[in-house]
Amino acid sequence: MIKFMLAIVRRDILLVARQPAEMINPLVFFVLVVALFPLGVSPEASLLSEVAAGVIWVAAMLATLLSLELLFKLDHDDGSLEQLLLAPYPSWTLVLAKVFVHWLVSGLPLILISPLIATMLFLPTHAVPALMLSLLLGTPTLSLLGAIGAALVTGVRGGGMLLTLLILPLYVPVIIFGSSSVAAAAQGMAVDGYIALLAAMFVFALMITPWAAGSALKL
Amino acid sequence: MSFPSSAIFHLLCTDDLACERDLRVLYSGLNFTVKAGELWHIKGRNGAGKTTLLRQLAGLHPVDTGKVLYPRHATKVIYIGHKLGLKEQLTADENLSWLAGLDGSSTQQQRYAALEKVGLRGYEENTVAQLSAGQKRRVALARLHLCKGNIWLLDEPFTSIDQQGIVDEQDWLNQHTLAGGAVLMTSHQEISLPQVKILDLSQYAPL
Amino acid sequence: MTQSIWRMPRWFHQMGSPKWFYDFGGILQPWFAVVAFVLLTWGVVWGLAYAPADYQQGNSFRIMYVHVPAAILSQSIFLGMAVAGAIGLIWKMKLAFMVARSCIAIGATFTIIALLTGAIWGKPTWGAYWVWDARLTSTLVLLFLYAGVMALNQAISERQVAGKATAILAIVGTINIPIIKYSVEWWNTLHQSSSFTLTSKPSMPADMYLPLLLTVLGSYCLFALVVLMRTRTQILQTQSGTSWLAQHRDITGA
Repeated sequence: MIKFMLAIVRRDILLVARQPAEMINPLVFFVLVVALFPLGVSPEASLLSEVAAGVIWVAAMLATLLSLELLFKLDHDDGSLEQLLLAPYPSWTLVLAKVFVHWLVSGLPLILISPLIATMLFLPTHAVPALMLSLLLGTPTLSLLGAIGAALVTGVRGGGMLLTLLILPLYVPVIIFGSSSVAAAAQGMAVDGYIALLAAMFVFALMITPWAAGSALKL
Repeated sequence: MSFPSSAIFHLLCTDDLACERDLRVLYSGLNFTVKAGELWHIKGRNGAGKTTLLRQLAGLHPVDTGKVLYPRHATKVIYIGHKLGLKEQLTADENLSWLAGLDGSSTQQQRYAALEKVGLRGYEENTVAQLSAGQKRRVALARLHLCKGNIWLLDEPFTSIDQQGIVDEQDWLNQHTLAGGAVLMTSHQEISLPQVKILDLSQYAPL
Repeated sequence: MTQSIWRMPRWFHQMGSPKWFYDFGGILQPWFAVVAFVLLTWGVVWGLAYAPADYQQGNSFRIMYVHVPAAILSQSIFLGMAVAGAIGLIWKMKLAFMVARSCIAIGATFTIIALLTGAIWGKPTWGAYWVWDARLTSTLVLLFLYAGVMALNQAISERQVAGKATAILAIVGTINIPIIKYSVEWWNTLHQSSSFTLTSKPSMPADMYLPLLLTVLGSYCLFALVVLMRTRTQILQTQSGTSWLAQHRDITGA
């Protein structure tokens, strides 16, 4: 089973390596959305630092969503999803492997670039570790929850918009606790509680979503 | 060569299998047994449900009425559908590698040998995007030589294959069935092998 | 799949037969219609005309008799939809998917009513039509969930697949609703120092409370009536070619 998952991970990483744009696009999108905020609202440091936490989290969420659309779609279109489902392993293993690569490609780069973004939005420096930690726990949850939507819209034409509609309401708790943790850190308050809740949501998503997405793929 | 018709050689049975799509019954009351050494040619008009039947047998399409049974535990099925399951950005060799890796493993030597068998010597390191439609199908078919499967489920395996290729392919089908395997396939071509059995889906369509 | 583990008595499977549901639903339908009409009329007239005015809110609280049933129904229907979907998935019952499908639009309608009446009620109470109150916010998210379920159900052309996909989404949504509610409530207390909720009256006199009970029960009956009607319509659409329906037509002469 581990070998099966590793085979998928290896293949998907190889695919991304052949087309690095897939990795860079969500990242550029993330930076662009964040950069648009000062242009649209106000470049004033006091205002920006106040909304920074929310802006970064919403942008991260949108970047994740955009890349999620193709999570199973490409495999479905070329028929390799059929072959993956035919392997003698439960379908949740396939979901886990694919979500892991998705996070590696879209989530991890966001976390790495987030200190830079935080500086652009004047988020206090002492809040940056909390930002990175909350993203580290939050983005895999976003990828996992999104996998359900991606699996459900796999065979549907124009699934991108639909995916957004299905998944955004489910993202509400993550966005609340994610941005609250950063806001609390910026005000110099303790963040353990938020981080614990984010971790709990991650574990919960890890238990539920591979099963749900796996059964959705088999429809 | 002939096989005793004992239950041990039953590879696949269906029990009152039916398929309904969007309120329309495609076929119903399908009862057949596939024994080792048999080649079943599934026929029917367009839309008769040939592809759906193969997908039901493979376990890719939900079975709501009736049953699909694989009496023997060690049965391994290879399904090659209309969509080939190849990644355009990967080379022929890499594609075979991950496909074989789903259920076992393969060495590069084995993969090269399989590709040579389907007439793709020298194309091992070409990405699939560079190959022609017929060559792509050949890459997919190379899996038949690489992975050991008792039952081959092939959906239109002759599509885009040239004349000589079709002759070669029939030869593989022949060898596979003679070695105790079974094949279920759809095709608009006639298959000129003595062991061919015909399943005409139009007989199972509702009146 | 899980059939052998989850074996159910025969009457349960009989319930899944479209013919049975169509006939039995036909018998129940008028009863629900009468009971819903009586309860709703009684409750609304009592609540609007006879119940005492609220000492704080005056007469504006009377919108409660629409708002509260709608809010309760909006949540119960989502739960009901998920339960119907789960039954359909586990016991491969097509009828359950039809019931779940019938629920979507009704639930969304009740959610919209709850939001609108909440906003209207908010104006005299808070001085604004929209406040990011915990209940209103989570009802809004619930409306988004309904929108997603509805969109998914319509996007998939094959009915069977659409039913299963919708069921999975409804189940995932139902698991999420408490988490969403909790997180929104928590978020609300963080951003609003004093929160004033609409309906939590520690002691409501019976004259105020009983009409509410009547309208809630009446709404449930109304919901049951509409689900029956919609599901029976779907049965007619999907079973048009079957023999039992043809016989039906002969008997009733329609």
